[in-house]
Amino acid sequence: MKIGILVSEGPYTHQASDTAYNFVKAAIEKGHEIYRVFFYHDGVNNATRLTEPPRDDRNIVNRWSELAKQHNLDLVVCIAAAQRRGIMDENEAKRQGKNADNLAEGFRISGLGQLVEAGIQCDRLVTFGD
Amino acid sequence: MLHIVNKSPFDRNSLESCFRMATQGSAVLLIEDAVYGATKGSSVEAKVQGAMAGLKVYALGADLQARGVADRVLDGVTVVDYGGFVDLVAEHGNLQSWL
Amino acid sequence: MTDEMMDEEGVIKKFMFVNRKAPYGTIYALEGLEVVLISAAFEQDVSLAFVDDGVYELKKTQDTKALGQKNFSPTYRALEGYDIEKLYVERESMEMRGLTEDDLLVDVQVVSSAEMADLMAEQDVVISF
Repeated sequence: MKIGILVSEGPYTHQASDTAYNFVKAAIEKGHEIYRVFFYHDGVNNATRLTEPPRDDRNIVNRWSELAKQHNLDLVVCIAAAQRRGIMDENEAKRQGKNADNLAEGFRISGLGQLVEAGIQCDRLVTFGD
Repeated sequence: MLHIVNKSPFDRNSLESCFRMATQGSAVLLIEDAVYGATKGSSVEAKVQGAMAGLKVYALGADLQARGVADRVLDGVTVVDYGGFVDLVAEHGNLQSWL
Repeated sequence: MTDEMMDEEGVIKKFMFVNRKAPYGTIYALEGLEVVLISAAFEQDVSLAFVDDGVYELKKTQDTKALGQKNFSPTYRALEGYDIEKLYVERESMEMRGLTEDDLLVDVQVVSSAEMADLMAEQDVVISF
């Protein structure tokens, strides 16, 4: 089954990103296809490579990046929500005249249409948020 | 239909709203802080028991265990793991998260 | 996907956006509305549900000048221009908050909890904010 995921909260403050991660792993293990993980609202904060949690804690951002690499996941960050919250890839930083970018490996920035499109293409769309 | 609730019923009204707007025979999965709603002896126990007459209620085991309440799950509530969560999503034609 | 139909454009699904949060206190209502507007471009069968504090999104006479935030409530009136015309308000949520249909800034269909339950159950995709 084709499953889309919407993550609406950032890492650490809420459990949403953890639950989404555990769900995605379990779905892959069961042989389902994760069509896309879309990050919206504060969920875009899951995509900053500048997080540095304590060593004895999980690294939520890296965990997503690694899962994406292993399973060729499409991790999409909403551009409008990302711009509001200071999440940028190299191209966008250049375009906006910023001197730094922070998008973590395995994520890409795109439009909200990617969420609606996931809703259309997937058999299920599961939202994790606050 | 599968309804997913993630808020403690003592903090927010999402469980109550979900019960109000779930059709007969729907499934309700309690995750994260919502699992407190699946425990015995609380002031919402009667409400949850009442809802279970028409709904099937599930709770995520990992969240029950993390919160130290896995040993006091209400009779009639089915505990599932993440794989069971995935199965519930797959088995029901559509779903809603009561954020 | 029992309700899906095929036409030349592709799949048309029933999308429901469920609004349960009040405006301004958090960003969910505003960013939720942004998704609704984008969805119009995909020519899907879109409806909006307003339950719990989401009903407050439709309250007339919102004035955000002193907040320094944008008042986005006029956008709900513009949805018609995007062919988004199915706006449902759950009666119980509205009445619990001391509101009547006259307090709302756009024409809506006020439905009972049971009717809202049926509407939700018939959707292909439900996204809530």
